[in-house]
Amino acid sequence: MGSVRYFGEGLTYLNPGRLRGKLIAIEGTDGSGRSTHIEMLQEWLEVQGYGVVTTGWTRSSLMSKAIEVAKKGNILDRWSFSLLYATDFADRLEHQIIPALRAGFIVLADRYIYTALARDIVRGGNPEWIRNVFGFALIPDLVCYLRIDVDTLAMRVIESKGMNFWESGMDLRLGSDLFDSFKKYQMQLIEQYDKMAEEFRFEVVDARKPPEEIQEALRSKIEPILKTAKKAASAPTQPEAVPIEPEPEQLSP
Amino acid sequence: MTPSPLTFDQSHPYPGKLIIVEGIDGSGKSTQLLLLQKWLESKGYNVFFTEWNSSELVRETTKKGKKSKTLTPTTFSLLHATDFASRLYHQILPPLKAGMIVLADRYAYTAFARDAVRGVSRTWVRQLYNFAIRPDMAFYFNVPIDVAIDRLLGGARAQIKFYEAGMDMGLSQDITESFRIFQSRILAEYDKIVEEYRLIVMDATKDIETQQTEMRALVSTALEQYKPKRGTHGKRTLFWRRFDLP
Repeated sequence: MGSVRYFGEGLTYLNPGRLRGKLIAIEGTDGSGRSTHIEMLQEWLEVQGYGVVTTGWTRSSLMSKAIEVAKKGNILDRWSFSLLYATDFADRLEHQIIPALRAGFIVLADRYIYTALARDIVRGGNPEWIRNVFGFALIPDLVCYLRIDVDTLAMRVIESKGMNFWESGMDLRLGSDLFDSFKKYQMQLIEQYDKMAEEFRFEVVDARKPPEEIQEALRSKIEPILKTAKKAASAPTQPEAVPIEPEPEQLSP
Repeated sequence: MTPSPLTFDQSHPYPGKLIIVEGIDGSGKSTQLLLLQKWLESKGYNVFFTEWNSSELVRETTKKGKKSKTLTPTTFSLLHATDFASRLYHQILPPLKAGMIVLADRYAYTAFARDAVRGVSRTWVRQLYNFAIRPDMAFYFNVPIDVAIDRLLGGARAQIKFYEAGMDMGLSQDITESFRIFQSRILAEYDKIVEEYRLIVMDATKDIETQQTEMRALVSTALEQYKPKRGTHGKRTLFWRRFDLP
């Protein structure tokens, strides 16, 4: 990671120092297989001897409960919705991600701020506003985007755990039933992710392929980043430029 | 969907009126707002009151974060913005759209002042609240720091709270001293905000009655063009008409 780069002004009151670790974000819609692949990546990295920390959306100790409560009530307005996610992210960034990067860990983030941007914009949010809100976020070293088309996605979700209220964007009333709503909602999200993929240079991985091929593709994107990490870590530390004081000459008797 | 506009730099289109008060703790702003509410209600206006940091959604979380002292300047700021957004949507906008007078004890300016003192970017926090609506009247109760401390220590509350004193910033071990430093910095921020947003400055060292008289005079003038909507409570003169035969 080296020198710190933020999307906006960053955390103005904080000097994070040198971040020796690497921040890798895996993005993609619900059901694109993110969590499965993150688990496999963690295993793969740890076997090679890298320290890995994973962090996931809405998993902060501060906010996870508030978000659960809010989702159950289904009464969220769009601003609170986005700001709750932003608070959760900020809490994880400062208490989890930055300390881990400082200590040289590889941080695998299951979703990153792009998810929040997509969701807010699909809900009619102002892109300028939501981007500014996340101005405190670190720019990741790598963003892998598991891209899937909406038909494959719908089938996959039905086959696995079924469609739920929020993943179908039912708060938006886009369709008359769960299925129609799911398709319209996810289609709009995919459109946003696709736009951002160009703007923020995501590494796009086709998530319709068999899991082994996807995993292979992800590893090939991550490998180059590890090399620079290793180099930085194992580079011989520069000899300190402290001049060696010559022994004081013995006074001749 | 068309993106919603950012509204803080323009006046709102709703039939109601939004009046807010700002000032540091101990400035007497809440007392003044309460007296204003009594007066407006006695005049027959429909009034709705709302205060800072009171929405159900985040009250518990804020409490939890404050207790465990894990709030950072950014999460502190974002939590208050979440609370504000929730109140704006559920409490402030509906009565304004219905044509009522909404009284708010503290508004976004509180965040501009406090969060800047805690070290977050001034630009960032202003843009954060850009979804809010601009109040019709914003009063700032200006008070020297010593007067505020006297009121807090000698008065009704008799105790200064941890975050009110900015104890999270490690300014001083002594809570009164920490309060003095923290709130002095907030006062300095308010001075900038007053100019930037043209808040109405009230001299909060004057008598309670004198301040209230001045405040009522200003509100009176501002409400000249305001056409209150008839409510359903207490309007007995209208009540019987519902049973009147055509």
